[in-house]
Amino acid sequence: MTGSRRAHPSRVPVLALGATLLITLQGELHDSMAEQLQEDLTHRIAHSPVTGVVIDISGVDIVDSFLGRVLAEIASHARLMAARTILAGMRPAVAITLVELGLTLPGLPTALDVERALAMFEHGPCPDPPHPRRANHADLP
Amino acid sequence: MQTSHDTGTIRLPIGSDTDLAWVRQQVRQAAAELGFGLVQQTKLVTAVSELARNTLIHGGGGQVEMTVLHQGPVLGLRLAFTDDGPGIRDIEQAMTDGYTTGSGLGMGLSGAKRLVQEFGIDSRPGGGTTITVAAWATGLPHPRAEDG
Repeated sequence: MTGSRRAHPSRVPVLALGATLLITLQGELHDSMAEQLQEDLTHRIAHSPVTGVVIDISGVDIVDSFLGRVLAEIASHARLMAARTILAGMRPAVAITLVELGLTLPGLPTALDVERALAMFEHGPCPDPPHPRRANHADLP
Repeated sequence: MQTSHDTGTIRLPIGSDTDLAWVRQQVRQAAAELGFGLVQQTKLVTAVSELARNTLIHGGGGQVEMTVLHQGPVLGLRLAFTDDGPGIRDIEQAMTDGYTTGSGLGMGLSGAKRLVQEFGIDSRPGGGTTITVAAWATGLPHPRAEDG
């Protein structure tokens, strides 16, 4: 049984496209990798002229409350260091599940895919603000 | 009704984040084989991820027992997460949205409950915790979160 487990790489690659960082999350993301990514990214933003971060989750099967917290924290860290974060490519089944779970990631702008996320950085002055229609109980404290 | 194979009950350890990934993978595979749709699979695996992490972080590790259920022509999965940890002092409070003792968003237990069709907790302070959930592979309507 152990033999069929895939060895997991310890780091998520971070690609720099000009002043934008592109992170592609894929498949099974271990908790330790997510936490490592959070740390790596914060350093990258601090030490290079990064103004935008795109996190591509089109290859992610599930987002649970742990990964949701990591994504929200990455966006918060980036914002405090003058960079904007866009979450790109969430699968429909993941979106449906997240809402039912009670996690709507307010404050984290989304795009349907990476291309559109990058376009938002080029053209849009500001991504959509979090939906004000109703208070959300999943707001970060 | 034919199934691809008779899995019976399998036990998987929960002792590290590698185990969490393994449990998610096994449950997804089992659910897919039983005919769960993509959204059903995603909901179940997400619930499993919450509960397995709960077992790991709050229970100090444990195991999950996965059983295939047959109810007439309908197939389902039952998952029982067991740990010998400190137990849950106040189950009602632990089930509240936003309540957390750990590093999450406090959506773990309450959120997981919304993602499955059956949910039960057996826990007492000092006596460990068992959380049992079940989900069915069907488009048939199922009563949702009956009052208990």
